[in-house]
Formats: sequence, structure tokens, C-alpha cells
Amino acid sequence: MTAQPYLSNRRLQRIRAEYFGSAGSGLLTLISLGLIIGIGWAVLNWALLRGSFTATATQAECMAKGGACWSVIAVRWRVILFGIYPYEEQWRSAIACAVVVVMTILSCLPVMWRFWRLAAVWGLGTAAFYILMRGGYFGLIPVDEQQWGGLALTLFLFVTTSVLGMPMAIGLALMRRSDLPVIARVTGIIIDTIRSLPLLSILFAFAIVLPFVLPDALTGDKLYRVIWGGALFFAAYEAEILRGGFQGISKGQEEAAKALGLPYWHRISRIVLPQAFRLALPATINQIVITFMETSLVVVVGFVELLAAGNTAYQTGEWKFAYVEVYAFISLIYFSFVFGLSRYGAYLESRMNAGQRKE
Amino acid sequence: MSPLPFWRSRSVRRIAVQTAFIAILVAGLGLAIVTAHINLAAQNMTSGFAFLTKSTAWEMNFALLPVSRDDPYWWFMLMGVLNTLFMGVIGLSGATAIGLVVGLMRSGRNPAARLLGTIYIEVFRNLPLIVQLYFWYAVATSLPGPRQALQAHGFLASSRGIYTPGLGVSYGAAVQMLTALAVGGLAAVWFVTAQRFRKVERPARRAGLWAILGVTLATCILAAVLGHEPGTLWITTPELAGLSIKGGVRIQPEILSLALAIMLYGGAYVGEIVRGGFKAVGRGQIEAARALGLTNWQVFARVRMPLAFRAMLPILINQYVWLIKATTLGIAVGFSDFFMVIATSITHSGQTLELIGILMAGFLCINFTLAAVLNRLNRAIALKGNLVGVAT
Repeated sequence: MTAQPYLSNRRLQRIRAEYFGSAGSGLLTLISLGLIIGIGWAVLNWALLRGSFTATATQAECMAKGGACWSVIAVRWRVILFGIYPYEEQWRSAIACAVVVVMTILSCLPVMWRFWRLAAVWGLGTAAFYILMRGGYFGLIPVDEQQWGGLALTLFLFVTTSVLGMPMAIGLALMRRSDLPVIARVTGIIIDTIRSLPLLSILFAFAIVLPFVLPDALTGDKLYRVIWGGALFFAAYEAEILRGGFQGISKGQEEAAKALGLPYWHRISRIVLPQAFRLALPATINQIVITFMETSLVVVVGFVELLAAGNTAYQTGEWKFAYVEVYAFISLIYFSFVFGLSRYGAYLESRMNAGQRKE
Repeated sequence: MSPLPFWRSRSVRRIAVQTAFIAILVAGLGLAIVTAHINLAAQNMTSGFAFLTKSTAWEMNFALLPVSRDDPYWWFMLMGVLNTLFMGVIGLSGATAIGLVVGLMRSGRNPAARLLGTIYIEVFRNLPLIVQLYFWYAVATSLPGPRQALQAHGFLASSRGIYTPGLGVSYGAAVQMLTALAVGGLAAVWFVTAQRFRKVERPARRAGLWAILGVTLATCILAAVLGHEPGTLWITTPELAGLSIKGGVRIQPEILSLALAIMLYGGAYVGEIVRGGFKAVGRGQIEAARALGLTNWQVFARVRMPLAFRAMLPILINQYVWLIKATTLGIAVGFSDFFMVIATSITHSGQTLELIGILMAGFLCINFTLAAVLNRLNRAIALKGNLVGVAT
């Protein structure tokens, strides 16, 4: 990193030092930039410059242009987003999706971080989603759960798994730290067992095995069984995250509350849980992001959510060649949700750290 | 003041609550078992593990050892476990290699390399694994048919899989070589981590490691020589023969896509862990190393790398357990791992409860063993008085 006398420009000097500090570093720069520009150009060229965007383009026309055939999306986007939901009613599905997006954005705002506000948003939002999708009220035509699909089903799975899983997680975490030894031990074993099983096997067990071991009255629809399975899995992981949060609170807090004569539930709900949640927030958001991605596993037990709907969209004869376009489209949807949420998590983490530095 | 009635006594309440908790759990389990028995009786079936010795009457599309439809269930399950471990080893080593490269790029000083690493991680970490798996499977099965297979440098790519040049040895010899490698690897891990070798001098330990390596390699070469048919080529390359492809090693699209998806997705996560590990190394230690006059490479290899490795290992353990569980996704593309064998067995034999029990026991064993071995390694390499708490 020798300073070059003829390079008076400081900035240029710094760039030179960072990018071409040594022969190895220079080579690394060239390779990295070459890869980024090469792949970026190839993707741009394929997707936009040579892509076909008209809804009527056929395979031959797309091939002639030599790029992406977005016609498959133009023709099949309704299947990808809404599955086999009745065509005339798909506006309901679209509004329901919008409700979930609004709900997620609302709960990201710090103004909403009060228990009752969050509970109200998620309770009302889930109810609105369900009524819109299921119908039967307000003159909406009933649509059976078996006809739900696409993005709407993915979002439904995500929302219900989190809404059911979070209280379960709190319950499990509290039971695990209970001072009753039997309850604490047994809960610990249950949590560890669930965590060491693959989610797929739990979904499979709930979808296919549960009707076999439960009386008919308790069985319920397959969709809801799968949701309970997913919620249980989420709860086991989230309970451990909360346990980490509990461990981060100094013992004095709870002892002080006890000394003041607060009963158990007040100690937990007013003193312990708020602080534990604050400590566990980054990991919780990470877990919620993972839960969103894992909704796509239900494709294995036969649900037509976003991924499966995408598969059916290209697996009909005429579009078989256009699988890259379809996967690019659904990847973009997953990516925007997941990337947005994880960026938000990173922002929160830095915000909280900033607060701690000041203290 | 009159004494409290017994139901308000603290110890009685504690016992009552715990008894009720256990009673509810037992009642739930009992209900499940009774219902299962009623359902079984309705289908004229018996519970128990007798079905394990019956032949399965279905085929497995991939197994490391010979399997036929006349083999019993237990053999199929064993092959399933082997396949899971096989995919786990490939996936974990691939993910670790990719993660190391990406993590180093991200924690280096070169901005161009950092940018490339960041793009990689953001793309592959933010897409569901199963979406990536379906994509790679679609790519692998959309390659041209065997007759128009793409050829380059002795490799063939067709919709039936990728064909690579292979050793000209019998199948049995290949299995023996793989076994030798696996046993040798396990022995090396045991040798490095076992308590009883801790006190041995450094040169002696190094010699021991070389000895294990040598014996493993010698066994492999011996197996290869014995399994080689004299007069044939040592390296076979895949070639078109009529409608099919002869010679070489075939990598099925299922294995290819699953391995690729796990490696790329896992690599992104491992990359972040590696970066976190390097970030955890104190600046003071690096500066002290520089002040002592160590070269850049020495600072990296003797100070940063060992410290970073210790910092990242506990998190890596969790990631590895997660990646092993991710091999169950093989069922989506038809790779016969342990889970797929169990799922198929349930549809064919109907012995649901027993099979679910075996599935759970199998995964608990695999994951606890993996975690135990890695935790042992973690304790063996931890600096004194600096042990990061990891439950065994």
C-alpha cells in the first residue's frame, strides 16, 4: 500500500488501496466485479431487453427474441396468486392478501407495540381475512377451504401459524421456567423433541396420521390440522427464543415484583414478558421470517399454495418451457416479503443497540 | 388464627397441579392409542413391529447398498437412514465450503468481494429452500434427453442426470472405499476430540492423525485394486450407447437438485455465521499479532481463524442440525431419504403409529449424535475459562 506521489486525489488513492492494494486483492476485485457485471448483464438482458411481455406471444415468438417469456405470467398470474379460487370471486382473495400486508406493516410500527393494539390488529385482521375468503356472511358466496390457493393460502398459513403459535410459545416458555419440577422437565422434553424433528414430518403426521389416532369429532379439516402442526413447531422454537429473553432479565426484577406482593400473572404480564419480548425481538423476527418461508412446505402434503400454484401454472403442455419465468415470479414475491421483514429486523436491532449505548 | 385448610396448602397445590398435568398428558396419549386400536381393528390389522421383517414389494430409486422389492422393511429403513446421512454429509460439507468462501469475502477488506458475497447471501438466504429445490429439479429434468446429451471434458449432462468420469472398480469396492473413508473420518474426529489424547504431546498427536489418514488411504487403494477387473480401464468415461449412456458415474436429478439446493441455501447461512465469527475476534488481538511482526497470512491462520472458529462453532452446531433435517425435503422431488421411506411405508403397510415412532426415534438419534459429537469438539477446542455455554 505505497502512496503514489502523482495521485493527489485522496479519494482515488483510497479506492486504489481498497480495490488494488495488492496483486491478490486486485485479482479478487477483477473477478468479483466481472462476476457481478457479467451475471447482472445476463439477467437484465434475459429478463428485460430480450424479454417478451405481450400476453399473446407463443413459444416460437419468445424463442425468436431469445429472452424471457413473461407471457406465461400475463396469462397465468391468476392461477399463481389465487389457485383454483372461483374466478369471479378472486377480488375477495386479492383484498384478503392486502389485509395481511397492511396488518404486517401496521405491526411493524412502534406506535402499535402495545399488547391490546397488536392483539386487536391481528385478531380483527385474521377475522377479516377469514370472512373475505370463506364467505357466507354479508352476502358473500361461501367458498370452501379446499378451493383456497396461491398467495392467499400462503398468507393465511403464515398468519394463522403465527397467531396460534405465539400464545402457545408463551405458554410453553412459562411452563419450562416453572418452579414445579415435573411440569418444567416434561415441557423441556416436549420442546426439545419437537425441535429435533423436521417440520415436514410434523406436518405429515398432523395431516395424515392425526385422523387415525383421534376420534372423528376432534379431527377437523386437514388445512387446520396442518396449521396446528406448524403452530406447534413455531411455538417450540419461539419458546426457546423467549427463554433466552427471560434469562437476559436480572433476577432482581421479578424478586422486586414479588416483594411488592404482585400476583404471578401480574409479575409475568407486567414485568417479565415485556422485557423478555424486547430482548428476544430480533430473534423473534428472524423466526417469523423463517415461518413465512416454511409455509411453502405444505406443498408436500398436497396444498396448492404459492409454490404449488406456480408449479401447476407451468406444468400444462404449452408453457412447459417457461419454468424459469414462473419460478422467477414466485421467487420475487417470496423475496420481497422475506427481504423486507429481515431488513426491518436488522433496523430494529440497530435501533435497540443505539438506545443501549446512550444509557 | 386457624390453620389453613389442606387444599390451600402450597405443597398440596403443587402436587395437585403437577398430577393433573401428567394426567392430562397420559389421558391424551391413551386416547390416541385406544382410537388407533379401534381403527386398526376396523381394518382387520394388528399393531406391533412384526411388519418390519415382511418384504416391502416396492422399489427404492436410490440406495447405497443393493435393495430389491423382496427386501424387508427394516432393510429399507436402514437404507433410508444411510441416504439421509449420505445427503447430509454432501450437503453439510458443500454448505461449509461455500459458507467459508462467502464469509471470508464478506469479512475481508476488498469492497468488490464484499459486495459479491452480500448479493449471494441476500439472494439465497431469502428464498425458501423448497422453492430453490423445485427450481434446480426443473433445471435438471429439462436438460436434453440422453441422445442429445450435452458433452464436455468427459462429462455428460442429460435429463436423466449428470454423468461424470468414474473409477473402473466394481460396485462392492466403491462401497468398501466409501465405508473406509467414513470410518477414517470418524476415527480422526474421535482422535482429535477424545479426552484421553488431550495430554499427548503435539508431535505424537500429529503422527497419530497421519497414521489414521494413511491407514484409511491404504484401505481405499487396496479395495480399489481388488475390485478392479484386470484388462479394463482405470477411469471410465460416460459414453452414448444406443438409447442410454454407459460408463461413468450417474448422478440422478433428484440427488443433484437436493444437494445443490442444500449447499447453496446452507452456504448462505453458514457464510453469515462465519462472518459473525470473524467479527467476534477482538481488534486488540489482531493488532497485537501485527505488532509482534506476524505476516498477514500468519495473522489470519494463527490468530483470526482459530479464534473465529471457536466463536462460530456453537452456532454452527444448530445450523448443521437444521440442515440435516432439511434433507427430508427430498420427498418433494423423490429422493428416498429416511422420511420418504417411512412415508411410503405408512401408505403401504398402514402401521402408522409404529412407523411414526421409528421416524421420531431415528431423527432424535441422528440429531442428538451430531450435536453431541460437535459439542464434544467444541469443548475440546475451547480456550480455558472461555467456554461458551452449550447444552449437551
